[in-house]
Amino acid sequence: MADAMARQPGTDPFGLAPNAIVGQIAQSRRRARVRFTLLFVLTWLVLVGGLGLLIASSGRVHPDFIAEYTPFFLGGIPLTIFVSVASIFFAVFFALIGALGRISVIAPVYATATLYVSLVRGTPLIVQIFFIYAALPQFGIVLPALVAGVFALSFNYGAYMTEIFRAGIQAIPRGQLEAASALGMTDWQRMRRIILPQAIRIVIPAIGNEFIAMIKDSALVSFVALQELFWRTRTVGSAQFRSFETLIFAAVVYWVLTIIFSLFQERLEKQMAESDRRL
Amino acid sequence: MTGGDRPFDPFAAPGALTPAGAAPIVRLLGIHKYFGSNHVLRGCTLEVYPSETICIIGRSGSGKSTLLRCANFLEEPSSGTVEIDAIRVDADPLHSRSRHHREQIRQLRMRAQMVFQEFNLFPHLRVIDNLIEAPVRVKGVPRAQAIATAEKFLDKVGLRDKRDEFPGRLSGGQKQRVAIARALTMEPKVLLFDEPTSALDPTLVGEVLTVMEELAHEGATMLVVTHEMAFAKEAADRVYFIEEGEFAEAGPPEQVIDAPRDERTQRFLARFTKLT
Repeated sequence: MADAMARQPGTDPFGLAPNAIVGQIAQSRRRARVRFTLLFVLTWLVLVGGLGLLIASSGRVHPDFIAEYTPFFLGGIPLTIFVSVASIFFAVFFALIGALGRISVIAPVYATATLYVSLVRGTPLIVQIFFIYAALPQFGIVLPALVAGVFALSFNYGAYMTEIFRAGIQAIPRGQLEAASALGMTDWQRMRRIILPQAIRIVIPAIGNEFIAMIKDSALVSFVALQELFWRTRTVGSAQFRSFETLIFAAVVYWVLTIIFSLFQERLEKQMAESDRRL
Repeated sequence: MTGGDRPFDPFAAPGALTPAGAAPIVRLLGIHKYFGSNHVLRGCTLEVYPSETICIIGRSGSGKSTLLRCANFLEEPSSGTVEIDAIRVDADPLHSRSRHHREQIRQLRMRAQMVFQEFNLFPHLRVIDNLIEAPVRVKGVPRAQAIATAEKFLDKVGLRDKRDEFPGRLSGGQKQRVAIARALTMEPKVLLFDEPTSALDPTLVGEVLTVMEELAHEGATMLVVTHEMAFAKEAADRVYFIEEGEFAEAGPPEQVIDAPRDERTQRFLARFTKLT
């Protein structure tokens, strides 16, 4: 009966060999994916191109001016990146200590860590930066601009990342703690050897996000006269009354920087997901 | 057999491998445990002689795992005493964080290694590093010596070739065998098994039980919470049946499993044979 049906194409919904339909499904999915990607790129080209044309047609962009100052502006990128990298590095340090405080059962330790998080998250970053750079000198504490900027950024980000680290630590299954305890490890050994190494793996993607945010917030240290990207564009722009071009220039450079680091981060996460398969 | 200074224990009787006249190496004396107002353990007393294998059986929720976890203070008993290899720790739930008490507990734990239902291997460490972590960090064994010991025990559980794998690459049965090897590297006086095969795929149970049977026959001292009646019959010197936080019956497996006298044991085993 089945044979008879199979020999009559048109009457048999399964007239195609199973392989053929599988292949066709895969092909149509592939086509849909390609179409989606093409449309995505096309839309971006139209939008970004249109925006670019709009800016160019405004008559406020002078190519000579841009060409003249581009090396000077781009010369601020190394400092922007240095400030971001240094700040995220120290922020991890603050966050680690903060997180250990936030899970502590010793009341004064817990209270201090909680105060740190609350105070820093409850006040504007720009106020903190100015405080360290402008208010501390009244007490004779004069920090070089770079130190003040990095300290303010890392102290601030450390508070936000404290909560990320705390969540990472608390995400480690209870059984890990029990196994370490049952082996006779002390509280500190447990934390240092078993919990933290696993917690840090968990929070690495989140640190990546914070780093990208940090690249943008590093613009704030231009207010303590660090001559990074934003300081350079702002200074030139206001001196020559060309803020329109210079701000757009700065925005584009920050945008490109964050895109580059997002791609890095995506790759890192993919690699980690791969190595996590062994876990 | 009952020595003068030993508390009354109606069930104590050393197994065949125990040297004559040996004193118990593990004593759980009058262990009570409350979770909130829930009275989970109602005065359990149990002694384990050197080289004995003891199985604790009972329904889920009967308190058998809790009792085992009280033995190394993963749960602090509400009252009672645990003594392992002359380290004697009285339950002190009101001062459980005190430095002295915690150090006592740590000494106890170094002598009583636990194998968990969920293996609890450290996923960020290779098998060999899982095994040497505690000997090196806790006991201060030189690294090279710890590695040699670890490799010996990996041989014993038949996983020498997995030495440099991460735990995530192993099957459940292999993980549990590594966990057993990890416990052995601490050279404990007693091994505590908390339902070691309950989280395993049925096809993987055998390899773990084989390792445990070998250990039992070689004279390891073991306290095993299990649902594996066949294992209890084959390897146990004595079997304790626990019901609602109390031992209802204890004795050699031929008695407790094959010819239970207590009505509660009979009911439990009847249901059990029906299920399996």
